[in-house]
Order: sequence, then C-alpha cells, then structure tokens
Amino acid sequence: MEKKKYPAGLDIRVLVPIISLSLSLILHILLPANKNYTQKEFTYYTGFLILMLVIYTVVMIITIFHKKFRKKMAHKSWFIGVAFLLLNLYNLATIKFMLIPSIYFPSPEIIFKVFIKDGAFLLKCLGYSGKLLVTGYLSGCILGILTGILVGWSTSWNYWINPVIKVIGPIPSTAWVPIALVAFPTSFTASVFLIGLAVWFPTTVLTSSGISGVKQAYFEVSSTLGASTIQNIFKIAVPSAMPSIFIGIFNGTCASFLTLMTAEMLGVKYGLGWYINWQKDMLSYPNVYAGLITIAVTFSLLITLLFRARDKILVWQKGVIKW
Amino acid sequence: MVKDINGKIEALHVHKYFIKPEGEKVYALNDVNVAIKPGEFISLIGPSGCGKTTFLRLVAGLDKANSGEVTLDGEKIVNAGYERGLVFQDPTLFPWLNIKENVAYGLKTRKVYKDKKNEVNEFIHLVGLDGFEKSYPHQLSGGMAQRAALARALVNHPKVLLLDEPFGALDAFTRMNMQDELLKIWKDRKTTMIMVTHDVDEAIYLSDRIVVMSARPAKIEDIIDVDMGRPRGRDMPEFLNMRTKILQILDFAGKREEPEYMI
Repeated sequence: MEKKKYPAGLDIRVLVPIISLSLSLILHILLPANKNYTQKEFTYYTGFLILMLVIYTVVMIITIFHKKFRKKMAHKSWFIGVAFLLLNLYNLATIKFMLIPSIYFPSPEIIFKVFIKDGAFLLKCLGYSGKLLVTGYLSGCILGILTGILVGWSTSWNYWINPVIKVIGPIPSTAWVPIALVAFPTSFTASVFLIGLAVWFPTTVLTSSGISGVKQAYFEVSSTLGASTIQNIFKIAVPSAMPSIFIGIFNGTCASFLTLMTAEMLGVKYGLGWYINWQKDMLSYPNVYAGLITIAVTFSLLITLLFRARDKILVWQKGVIKW
Repeated sequence: MVKDINGKIEALHVHKYFIKPEGEKVYALNDVNVAIKPGEFISLIGPSGCGKTTFLRLVAGLDKANSGEVTLDGEKIVNAGYERGLVFQDPTLFPWLNIKENVAYGLKTRKVYKDKKNEVNEFIHLVGLDGFEKSYPHQLSGGMAQRAALARALVNHPKVLLLDEPFGALDAFTRMNMQDELLKIWKDRKTTMIMVTHDVDEAIYLSDRIVVMSARPAKIEDIIDVDMGRPRGRDMPEFLNMRTKILQILDFAGKREEPEYMI
C-alpha cells in the first residue's frame, strides 16, 4: 500500500510566536535605553531573540510538511507568543522605561549575561544540588515504599510503626534542620536525611493506604492460581496500589524540592539554594533570577519525567480513571 | 493423555458458622455430607444464605470449616491451590495486566511459564479471545472478561473448577452462549466442575447432579440426578418436569403470591 501523504499546509497560528518575537526584536533595537540607565549595555537579549526567531522559523517550516506536528504547534502557539510578549513588556519596563527599580528587577539582557558569564559555576551548583537531591530522594522513595508495604500488609508492623509515622510524619522535615546539622557528621549527610525524610512520609502513607485498599478478591483469585504470600504482595498488592504509590511519590517530590532549597539556604555549602541565598546577600539580583530560572527548568523537567514514568507504568489505568 | 486428573471431592460432616456481633452463631453449613465424583458436573442451587458460596470457598481453601473436613482425592484441603481453580461472578481480572498476562498469571507464579508458553495462546483461543491478547480488562465486555477469567483458571489444568455464579452478571444470550462453551470445555477436559447458581435452567442444562440447598436451617435438601443426555433442549418435557421438581423442593412452585426470592 502506498504511504499516505498529507497535503502540505500552513496553520496561521504557527506564525504567532514569530510575530511576537519580531515585535520584541524591533522594539528592542529601535528604542534606546532609558537615559537614567547607567549600566553597560549588552547584546545577549538581542542574541536570544534572534536565536528564538531562527528556531521558530524552522519550526514553522517543519509544520508545513508535518501534519501532526503542525496541529501540536498550532495549539501551543498562542501561549508561546504571549509568553514572549510578556518578556517583551518586562524588557520595556526595565531597560527602556525604567518603571521598576532596576536593582531588584534587572533587565533580561543582564540576566542572560549571568548565564553566559557565570554559567559554569551555576552548573557546578546544579550538579551539587542534583547529587544531594538524587541521594535523598531515592533513599526516601525506596524506604517509603518498603515501609508502606510492611505497614499496609502486616498488622504487627502496622501496630508498631503506624503511630510513629503519625507523630513523626507531619513534622515538616525542615523543622529538623537544627538537629540534623548537629546529629550528622557532614552537612551533606544531614541534607540527605532531611530530603529522604520529606519524601519518605507521603510515600509511606499513600503506599500503605493503597496496599490496604486492594480488593480482597484479587488475593483470593491469585491464591487459587497458585500464588504464595510473597507473590501476592509483589504481584498483586504493589501493582494494584501503584496509582496511590505514585500520588505519594508526587507529594514527596514537591516536599523534596522544598527541603533541598531550605537545607541549602540554611547550612549546606554550594548548591542552587545556597547560590541564590548568597547572591541575594550580595545584592546581585540578576544572579538570583538566573538561579531561579535554573531551578524552574530543572524541577519542571524532573516532574515531567515523573509524569512520563507514571503514564508508562499506569497505562492500564487509562479508561479506568479519568486523568 | 489421561494424566492424574482425578478431582474427587468429599465433604464429611462439614460445619461452618459465622458469629453475629451479638455473639449468636449463624450456621452457613450444618452437617454437610457430599461426595463428588471425578469429572462430574455438579450444581449447587438454593436461596441466598443457604451456604452455597461458603461451601465453594471451603473447597477452594479460602475459608476453613469449623468442624468436619473437605478432601480432594482423599487429601484434606487446608489452603488455596492451583489444582482448585476459581471463577467468580465478577471476572476479577487483574486490571494492570493485559489479557495474555492475566491468563499467563498462574503459570508465571508457579514458574512453569517458560515450558508452557504456548498453552496461554491455546486457552485464549479455546475461549475465543484471539486478537485480544494485548487488550486490558476494561476494554472487554462482561462476557469476554468472563471468558478470560475462565481461561486464566483453566490454564493451570485444575482438577476441580469452582464456579461461583459465573454467568450471573451476563445478559441472557451471552449466558446461554457461555453455558455451551463451558460444556464444550468440560467435555474436552473432564475437569470436575462445581457451580453455584441461582438459575434452575442453567443447573439442569449443565449438571450431572444438582445439589438443592435450603437456607434455614442451612443444609442439603436433596441431591437430584439429571439423567438426561446431552445436548439438552431447554424445552424438552423432561427438562420442564425437572424444573418443576426443583422449584417444588425449593418451595417456589405453584405459589400464587410474590415469591420472596426471584429466580
């Protein structure tokens, strides 16, 4: 059979980001900086706008020949266009008209400059934070799922551990900072503990409630098919509780970000939280923004990854539960 | 071909009671004695609360009798095991596994999947679900899901297949269709079948013998031999006579007022 060819075509909406970007670029080049603007001028924002313009022009060309991609991009175009428009307005409000105090609200080109000049150090901080987060997060997740299974499955574990969870769990893990910093040999291990604790609690609670909520009939059928108790736990209880476990992990993820930042601002050397705090003390707000943008990009990337993993593992839920 | 598929079930003085919150004992089974021959198709019929399902659960090993014992081929039943397969009214397919994985579940838990892989497809074919291997349970109709549940139980080659109102939730046409399928499988495999049903016609259509049970006191009222050849016409005079007889035993025949229990 001949491969079906889609007719080439242009969705007018795909042009929105390009128009928005062109407008930004024209205004940025034509309007001079405010006469009170004392800082040196850079071309980083211009460069950024030109780069984006090139990217979205290429995207536009691809959409002409690719129907599915065209549909997707057309749908997103308004949002992207408005986002660039807002950035444009911010640029006007800062460097061009100086409507807001420039020390706290630096112009885009200054923020972009930080990424160029201080990028390597930001990456180093990111790496440090990442190491801390991954270690704490994974240990919290694994321990949380294990405790959740034990508490949800066995009545004696439930008897001994559940009260502990109820008392320890609700304490925000950042409240442990003073103790953690003296109880652990290094600030790194202390932070790992705090992040782990932050993830452990919601994961444990939702895993155990998921496990104890599994339909009895599943275990009965499984037993008459020859499954042992261990198999009932890992082949019935855990997969069946997976939706609940994922909610726990999600809550834990958000808690871990919060704890990571707090821990770094309070005692850890290096890391993004520390960087932001340090730059704030030095009153270099452009660096603070650069740090915040780095955090936003990384964390949303992590959350997206988690969503992808869930969609893959819980594919059977489609049609059972509305997402 | 004939392996050691026996599947003889015997119940001796089986008592099973539940304790009400007030402390009163309620007997679900009161001195039940029954012997089921290997390869026999038995139906348990009776009003709600007569202990049919309780009996099935004892055979499955999901509950324990308070006194007396149930044996399979002379061995006392203490636990659930794959030689006694179970199919509920609700298909209870595992929603996180697709149809093929559901059917393969028993083989995988018993760690014999590698040697018996092809049997999974055989049984999917046997119940007429070819092409649905990759579907998830929620994508199947009630009848199809019940077929999958049947395949999942059969793939283990159980000596006894326990059916707890397996077709109760299906529409009349699908039900009759499934009854024929079940008979075909039974003739083919000669598995002992114990079926709980509310449907007198279904019991007569399928069974070698029908155990009629009563609710208060919970005991076996009568065991009826269905000595009719197969296939049985649902409108044959013997069929209709037998139905009247069973309804009489159940005390539903000839009543003019609304029965408290609908069949």
